[in-house]
Amino acid sequence: MPAAFVPSMVMPVFQLIAFSGAFGAAVKFAGIKNAMDWYVPLNAVQGASFGAMGVSFGLINDMQTGFFDRLLMAPTKRWSLVVGPMAGALVRAALPIVLVFVVGFIGGMNVPGGPMAFVTIVIAAIGIALVAAAFALGLTFRMRNMGAATLTQFAVFFTIFLSTSQVPLAAMSGWLHAVARVNPMTNVLHLARQGLLGDVTWSGTWGGLVALGGMLVASTWFALSGLKSLEK
Amino acid sequence: MTLALATRHTAWLTYRSVLGRLRQPAALTPSFVFPLFFAALGSASFSRIADRPDFQEVASSFLNYAVAGAVAQGVLFASTSAAGDLATDIEQGFFERLLASPVSRTSILLGRLGSAMVVAVVQVTVFMIIFMAFGARIESGPIGFIGLVGSGAFLSLAIGGLMSGMAIKSGSPEVVQGSFPLVFALMFLSSAFFPRQYMTGWYRTVADWNPLSHIVEGMQGFMNQPLAADMFWRAWLIPLGLAVVSIAFGLRSLSKRLAAL
Repeated sequence: MPAAFVPSMVMPVFQLIAFSGAFGAAVKFAGIKNAMDWYVPLNAVQGASFGAMGVSFGLINDMQTGFFDRLLMAPTKRWSLVVGPMAGALVRAALPIVLVFVVGFIGGMNVPGGPMAFVTIVIAAIGIALVAAAFALGLTFRMRNMGAATLTQFAVFFTIFLSTSQVPLAAMSGWLHAVARVNPMTNVLHLARQGLLGDVTWSGTWGGLVALGGMLVASTWFALSGLKSLEK
Repeated sequence: MTLALATRHTAWLTYRSVLGRLRQPAALTPSFVFPLFFAALGSASFSRIADRPDFQEVASSFLNYAVAGAVAQGVLFASTSAAGDLATDIEQGFFERLLASPVSRTSILLGRLGSAMVVAVVQVTVFMIIFMAFGARIESGPIGFIGLVGSGAFLSLAIGGLMSGMAIKSGSPEVVQGSFPLVFALMFLSSAFFPRQYMTGWYRTVADWNPLSHIVEGMQGFMNQPLAADMFWRAWLIPLGLAVVSIAFGLRSLSKRLAAL
């Protein structure tokens, strides 16, 4: 179903253009040369996560057609029913990331961090895609309907936007500053953005890796325990 | 059929549509939650920019600026969703049952648009109560409030007419929902979320030509400036003009569907 991939490819590209055009001045006032440098990592992460959430739709379809029951009866390791779709999510996540990079280049993004800038963006985007896929699987195992996909979209959307998605922490005020400061997504976006805003350093990297690791462990546990509850 | 009877039919179908909307709070929720969320997010993200002297010429605070965008966004969401209900009626056969009854054909469309307007009026009022509780002020006073409510209602008519036309043409809720990204694009390529004067290049040109920029700026006038006639020109007459065109499109789609039966 190629049509199912289209929204997850178009939306991050559209958002990249829209955010850079609409809020470009806002990030420039915050000291960033080109709005693309700020929004390319954001939209790569968001596009990858929304692409990865598609595993939830596939799982619901398998449940409704009875294919998943057959998988449960097959002599396979239970964890492979979680890890398999998560691996599939990587493929779904890859295309939006590439498209966002292409549009970023056309829009004149700067890459002072060199090739490592792309490595950190890909690590952040793939990491969040895996987290989103595992969370989506966990919810789908528990809810067994399309509501799980919608709820996952809401959860990822709010987690991303309640971080430094729009402007740096220093430009924020009030409640959003307090929330963004403790939101692990802020560290993930810092990891992703460092190579487009300057050099890639260990001090700019480890916080994002810890945040990604923590979220990945928690979401994978959520998916595996959801599978167990489904079998009961 | 007399005009009085057609008006009664429209009123009853409006009533039915409003009840249908109230019975699906889950469908209405996004049109309330997302605009309020984006307004809260924008005012916390960009509040320091709002302290700049050049921004002060536009609005006294970012929250005061964001109100108009949130109103427009909520109205666009709700109107699209109302048109989706019309497509559902066609898909599930209720539309054909209406046609079998002696109901005015025009009322089938106008009833839906009436409900979109009722929801828009309620929505703008609820939004204003919430925004004012968080410190927003209507600089143009009570008439400005009426101006905002009227603008929301007319905008719902314009977008509702367009989306209803698509619903009648396609008979598919998926097509109506699928066209929503167009509305979303219309929002972002305008001054709904950030002032036009800070935009540059082709993006600025698109925003300059986008009628939604001018409608939203009319609404922002009610929020941030003393009352003036040009606010009504922009916030009322532009959506009314668009409504005439979109309702004509809706009626044409309806007559084509009826002719094909």
